[in-house]
This record gives sequence, C-alpha cells and structure tokens, in this order.
Amino acid sequence: MGELAAEQVQEKVDAVYRSESRRILATLIRLLGDFELAEDALHDAFRAALEQWSKEGVPANPRAWLITAGRFKAIEAIRRRARFDASQATIAEQFGGEAREVANFDSDSIEDDRLRLIFTCCHPALAPEARVALTLREVCGLTTEEIAHAFLTAPSALAKRIVRAKAKIRDARIPYQVPSADELPDRLDAVLQVIYLVFNEGYSASSGESVTRSDLSGEAVRLGRLLAELLPEPEVIGLLALMLLQESRRVARTSPTGELILLEDQDRALWNRDQIAEGKGLVKKALSLRRFGAYTLQAAIAAVHADASEAAATNWARVVSFYDVLFQVHPSPVVELNRAAALAMRDGPDAGLALIDAILARGDLLDYHWAHSARADLWRRKGNPEKARASYEMALTLARHGAEKRFIERQLAELD
Amino acid sequence: MKYICLGYYDETQWATMSESESNAVIDECFTYEDILRKNGHFASVEVCNPRNATTIRSRNGQVSITDGPYTETKEQLGAVLILEATDLNHAVQLMAKHPGVKYGSIFDIRPAGDMTEMIRESEQRRGGQS
Repeated sequence: MGELAAEQVQEKVDAVYRSESRRILATLIRLLGDFELAEDALHDAFRAALEQWSKEGVPANPRAWLITAGRFKAIEAIRRRARFDASQATIAEQFGGEAREVANFDSDSIEDDRLRLIFTCCHPALAPEARVALTLREVCGLTTEEIAHAFLTAPSALAKRIVRAKAKIRDARIPYQVPSADELPDRLDAVLQVIYLVFNEGYSASSGESVTRSDLSGEAVRLGRLLAELLPEPEVIGLLALMLLQESRRVARTSPTGELILLEDQDRALWNRDQIAEGKGLVKKALSLRRFGAYTLQAAIAAVHADASEAAATNWARVVSFYDVLFQVHPSPVVELNRAAALAMRDGPDAGLALIDAILARGDLLDYHWAHSARADLWRRKGNPEKARASYEMALTLARHGAEKRFIERQLAELD
Repeated sequence: MKYICLGYYDETQWATMSESESNAVIDECFTYEDILRKNGHFASVEVCNPRNATTIRSRNGQVSITDGPYTETKEQLGAVLILEATDLNHAVQLMAKHPGVKYGSIFDIRPAGDMTEMIRESEQRRGGQS
C-alpha cells in the first residue's frame, strides 16, 4: 500500500468525520458507558486515523475502524489512570478482552445507538434547556459556541449546562436505552418537543432583531428526518411534515428589510414547491397511519394553505374541520384562537369575534399579542376602525419582538 | 444502585379526609411497599412527623438550635424511602406505581452517592496518623 498524500488523507478523514462522527459517538457511549469518555475516545480515534491512514491506507470500513480505535484508546486511557489508582484496574478489565479485534458492528445496532442517544439527551429528568443543548451538541454535533450563539447565551453558561446534564446522566444512572413500548408515547413527545423548539427558535427568534435563524431550523429538519428514518411513528412523520411546510414559506414570510408578512399577504410564488410536495406526502402518510396527533393535524392545516393558489382560494371549511379535530386532541386557548380566525374566514368576522371575546372573557390569552391582533383585524373587516385601533394598541404593548412590533405599527398606520 | 426517595405531601389535603379514608390510603401504600420489599427493591423506609423538625447549624462557632424545618414549603417532607433499582428509569417505574403518587404525594428521587472510595481514602488518611 503506497503512502497517501497528507492532504488527501485529511480530506478523507474530514469527510468521514462529517458523515460518521455522530454515529460513532453514539456507539462509543454505549460501549464505554460514559459521555465524556466517549467524546475523548472519538477525538483520539480521528487523530489516530489521520496518522495511520496515511501509512496503511483508508480501511474498507472506516466506521468500524474508528469505533474499534476509539474503544481501544479509551481502555488505554483508563489503564493509564489505573496505574495511579488500583480501583480503576477492574474497570479496564471489563472493557478489555475483545478490544483489539476489529469488531464487525452491524448497521442495525449502530442505528439503535443513534436512537438511544436521542432519547437519553431528551430524557425528561433533564432540565428542558439542557435537553435542547445536549441534543444539539451530541446528536447534531454543533459546537458549544455555535449553540450559545444561536440561543443568545454566553458559551460558558451553556457549557456549564451541558456538563451538569452529563453529570446527572452519569450519577443518577439514566440508562442508555430506547424506551419500552408503554413508555414510548410520553418519551417520544419529549423528543419531538425538543426538535420543534429548535425549529421554532430558528424560525422566529424569541428576542433580538433577526426573525429567522435558518441554521437552527435546518438542524431541526435534519433531526426530524433522522428520527423519521429510525422511528417512523405517525407523529414523527407529522412533525417533519409540519416543519417542511412551514419552512417552505421562509422566504415569503419576511420582506427584504426583515418585516413580517402574514400568510394571506405572502407572494405564493416564493413558496418552496419541493418542500411543499414532500410535506404533503408526509401528511398523507401520517394521516393514513391513524395514531396521529397534534403535529400531524397542524401539518394538515399547513398543507391546505399550501394548496391554495391565493389566500382567497383557501378551503376554509377544511381548515376549520382540521382545527375541530386538533382542539379535541389538544385543547388549548391558542388552538381555540386559531380556530376562531379560520372560522371568521369561513363564516364572517362576527363568528370569529364572538369566539375570541369568549376566550378573553375567560381570562385566557390576555397577554398574548396575537389574540389582540386577530381581534383588531376582525373589527377592521367589520368596518370599525376605532375598535380595531384599541386592540392593535393593546397588541403593541404586549409584543416583544422588533419585527412583530413593526408589523402592528404598520397595521395601525393603515387604519388612518 | 440505591435511590433515596423523599416523599412530600400536602397536610391540608390529609386534614380533609375522614379517618377511614386516610386509613385506606395508608393500607394501600403499605401493601405496595410490601410488594417492593418482597421483590428486593426496598431497602428501608422512615416516616417523619412533618410538624416536628429541629434545625441545628453553626453560628459564631456555637451550635445554634432553631425550630425547623430548614426549608419551608407548602408540601411537607413525610417519608424517606431507600429504593434498590438498576437505573433511574427503573426507579421511576417503581415509584410511579406507589399509591401515594395518585393521592397527591410528590417524590424527589435522588441517586445515593457511592462513598466507598471516600471512606477508603479517609481510612488511609486516618490510619496514617495513628
């Protein structure tokens, strides 16, 4: 075997790192039973690859080579420590034995490891912010700096959050497992929440001036695809569909100057047809699997909008009927508000206003600016600018986001 | 692995129950704890009087004694259970079926720290002195 040029090997190692490092990490965590140990082992393995592949050539199965090398490096590290500490010797023995042989890791068990990693990072015993940070770090391979930047926090605070989460996994002994069938619905829900939260953080930033931080949304879609491939449950498919259908409107939902554009005012020619086609296909599939839930239903509503060539052509009866089912599955004031807005499109503003007023009279959504904006819009359509103005002004005091505030200001200006 | 389960309950809720009602709850809890014990998942349990806590700490080099508890919450610490479980999911599974949970008790599940190493090191230090 001839020696490979250094840059050729570097390129190959980089490529393998990009496509395989998360899989390899997931398997090393199972083999070594420890996140920190596995991360060190992963980096040691890639360092060894850089050295050895230039001498011996690239192995036929780089993934298996790296897993074996990583495990071996970890055992070496434990043995080194064991020389100073007798109690570590037994641990090294546990990992020993077959360590040197090039194990033949079948792809099924490797894919299971990826699922184990996802479920462990999204374990409900971890704090919600820790689940998000850990998932982006371990499953997606983002750096601590990248995550901190995306969530507008200090890297040191984020690093601390990740370290604390890993310590909890280790000390409380959170098992590296895919939950059993009876636990799956609840546990899967926690995973989907993390993915959708990451998506929304990218789709509408919670603070600051930029409305879209597409990197996070893209990451969430990638996670959704991975999960749909590993665990094709109806709601997993439904969430992926929902994200794709929302993502399809990304370019159309903000003006070049960063102003929000409502669905009804968007230039539908800008919608991404490929994402819509894929999203619609997934909605159909999820609905056909029966056990669908809130994500699938929201995706189904988004698909109805995607079908309309212009806002006026929207099949509002169909939108309302999906909201009816959604409200049964997931009764929440926000769903009720959205249903009211759709009903107003089907039956006229009076019907919608009655429902929104009932929600507010109950004391729900009083500080939710979209509720007041929606109410204002219906008063405007009824030809009562005074009432519309009062509601928009209420919404303006509640909106936090720069782009949202400017949107309401524009609506107010148009009333004049 | 041992897990320490701290059981909290709302006293005011208990006060509204009749004696036969509260006895039924107690019997149900003890029945479940017997099952845990029989299966080897139950190391021990101690019940404590939530109204009777005395807090001690050092103040200016003196041990000060005050009326407790140290942390005041609406829910009172009523019991300490030591559970034997393979991992956190197992511990959660076992405690989720505890009847106290459905009657409103709240459990904090904490992994018991392994002090073997700490004790060994300490013994070495102390042995070295003598």
